[in-house]
Amino acid sequence: MTRLLWVTVPYLAFTSLLLGHIWRYRHDQFGWTTRSSQLYERRLLRWGSPLFHFGLLAVLGGHVLGIAVPASWTAALGVSEHAYHLLSVSVGTLSGLATLAGLGILLYRRSTVPAVRKATTSIDKVMYLLLTAALGTGMLNTVGSNLIGGGYDYRATVSPWFRSLFTLHPHPELMAATPISFQIHNLVVLTLLAIWPYTRLVHVFSAPLGYLTRPYIVYRSRGPARPGAHRYARAWEASAPPPARR
Amino acid sequence: MKIMPQLAMVMNLDKCIGCHTCSVTCKQAWTNRSGVEYAWFNNVETRPGQGYPRRYEDQQRWKGGWTLTKRGRLTLRSGSRLTRLLNIFANPDLPTVADYYEPWTYDYQNLVSAPAMDTTPVARPTSLITGEDTAVTWGPNWDDDLGGGPEHLGGDPVLATLSEQVKLEFERTFMFYLPRICEHCLNPSCAASCPSGAIYKRSEDGIVLVDQDRCRGWRQCVTGCPYKKIYFNHRTGKAEKCTFCYPRVEVGIPTVCAETCVGRLRYIGVVLYDADAVLAAASVPEEKDLYPAQLGVFLNPHDPRVVAQAERAGISQEWIEAAQASPVYQLIVNYQVALPLHPEYRTMPMVWYVPPLSPVVDALAGTGHDGEDAGNLFGAIDTLRIPVEYLAELFTAGDVGPVRAALQRLAAMRAHMRRVNLGEPVAPEIAESVRLTPKEIEAMYRLLAIAKYEHRYVIPSAAGSDAHRLDALATGCSLGSEGGPGMTAFDAMDDKFHLTDTNGAAAPANKARRINLLNWDGKSTNGLFAPAPETHGSPR
Ligand code: SF4
Ligand code: SF4
Repeated sequence: MTRLLWVTVPYLAFTSLLLGHIWRYRHDQFGWTTRSSQLYERRLLRWGSPLFHFGLLAVLGGHVLGIAVPASWTAALGVSEHAYHLLSVSVGTLSGLATLAGLGILLYRRSTVPAVRKATTSIDKVMYLLLTAALGTGMLNTVGSNLIGGGYDYRATVSPWFRSLFTLHPHPELMAATPISFQIHNLVVLTLLAIWPYTRLVHVFSAPLGYLTRPYIVYRSRGPARPGAHRYARAWEASAPPPARR
Repeated sequence: MKIMPQLAMVMNLDKCIGCHTCSVTCKQAWTNRSGVEYAWFNNVETRPGQGYPRRYEDQQRWKGGWTLTKRGRLTLRSGSRLTRLLNIFANPDLPTVADYYEPWTYDYQNLVSAPAMDTTPVARPTSLITGEDTAVTWGPNWDDDLGGGPEHLGGDPVLATLSEQVKLEFERTFMFYLPRICEHCLNPSCAASCPSGAIYKRSEDGIVLVDQDRCRGWRQCVTGCPYKKIYFNHRTGKAEKCTFCYPRVEVGIPTVCAETCVGRLRYIGVVLYDADAVLAAASVPEEKDLYPAQLGVFLNPHDPRVVAQAERAGISQEWIEAAQASPVYQLIVNYQVALPLHPEYRTMPMVWYVPPLSPVVDALAGTGHDGEDAGNLFGAIDTLRIPVEYLAELFTAGDVGPVRAALQRLAAMRAHMRRVNLGEPVAPEIAESVRLTPKEIEAMYRLLAIAKYEHRYVIPSAAGSDAHRLDALATGCSLGSEGGPGMTAFDAMDDKFHLTDTNGAAAPANKARRINLLNWDGKSTNGLFAPAPETHGSPR
């Protein structure tokens, strides 16, 4: 059971994340979009979306810091465990709250503005559910175990387990010993990663940072027409030209 | 110098009857799909009026196009690249469906499926966005023919720039139609604001397109375009725009909107321009200089140096000949009757307009005067300030000179042709007063009034332009030093019309005020700045 949950499931999720993105990038460029709904409604989005997105970027940064960077490194930099804890809990709580508030506004908007509700697909709903669950359990971990529950040092268990996955010598037993709320959080996030490539979340990977450096105007040559390139290969076959008449 | 060909359009507004055929046929061809129900790549709006989307010309609000920084550099009005990226999660300057109009259909089914009743069954309107019943309160041409009266017309942002008195008087004065498509700009701000680089200008024909595979739905281009001619498909999450019907023009036939225009008022042709000169021209400090600056970017296809350079750049013979026969070039340069729409947006638009003389003629006829007498017409153009100033706000950033000159040429054409038709002796001085010869006036008349299909549309086929791609090497200019004076449309027109007169034939003193950037050697500032005000004080 431990192996299934903390070795098989994560590897499955990562495989789906990686292969799913490659598959979708090659076969569904046309579907690769934010599918913004700002055209329908502006006022709620103006608040909800930046809160959510900027909050989430901060949360992501916190996770990278907390999971990818071993405790020994920060200690070597002279950051005491106490100072690290204080920082992660305060910044984590703030950005978590911002994200949650943003998500709240966006969910309210999704469900009450008729046009936005109509544009919501079933995969969107699954995605929103997982996002909410991930955020909720994440907040529970940050606020619940750390602020109220006297603190839990995930850098001794969750983080080494996560890193061990990439060494190909996983240590599932580390995860098995963590509090249940951490376990649920991890499973939710893994599921989210697994369905990521099949949702609108793909837009994260096309964050247009190149815009800052490219020339303003793009010129492009018409180029020879290339029917049957793999993009549409599955959708239709180019019809054969009629036989030449003499 | 880097010569590029551009497919451009001119519309003769005097002939537009506001029938919306172009809009409907374009819609049937391109946007008759879910997600773009509200989008009209071609729309016809009544001026004065709010336009579509509502008040799109109010750039204080919508932040479209370019502006100059304090240090004179060209930048997007909606902010720097970094600002745009920081606003990517919620674009503060994006119109919503309500600013266009909520598209609707009718519940036609009810007409046949309703049970037998005393009253006739009705087809109720349903929203195409939500699918629910809706009340129709606005549409893409709601204020057609001045519908809605002063209440709606007061919303016209162009009118707001004119003086108070003008606003009060305009209703009695004039009305005309303005069909609009994407301008396929030389300096497209839509492309410049696309974070993904999905919007591009085709180097073979200048058509501006959205790569549907690379668009990621960041919707910055909708804000970037000052003409609001980029539409966000709310089903696919991708931006869409007028394609200049490229599948048609590639095989040498005109766009759907041009082909189906019942007034035959559209002209399509090739213009050669210097892509390297665009940035400088779009950055001239004075908005009123943008029109002549753009003329300075167009190249004279009859100049042997231009032809040689074009050949070297790999532009095929077919395209060069098309540029020489271009009706668009003739209307813009040879007759100087076509003007750009809102040059002050600094995008260097490429769909130009012959301003309508009919409001002036109508006003004259309304007062019992002969609306085709040269003297009457010329006088009226000068005294009917309102239409002329309004047109200047649309076409020349407020500079009445070029508008007046174009209207005078149209008036001269009317007066001259009437004499011809009535068998009266021609009065060459009518033509000369607008710096044309009687022969030229008659040629202009033929082009504007009775030109056949093949003269209105001079479209080389795309196959011929393939040579362009093969020879990118030679585009570095070896004639740069030899170039300069005489090669541009500006120079050609300056010779003929003393373009620099702001006042038709009247004010040569202003000549020094105009900048010809192509002549500027970068050393002296002579001619770059306006001279000290003259004592008699021109209105500018
Ligand atoms: S008019 Fe056309 S080319 Fe110009 S900025 Fe708008 S969409 Fe782009
Ligand atoms: S050129 Fe084609 S796509 Fe553009 S407005 Fe005309 S008909 Fe529509």
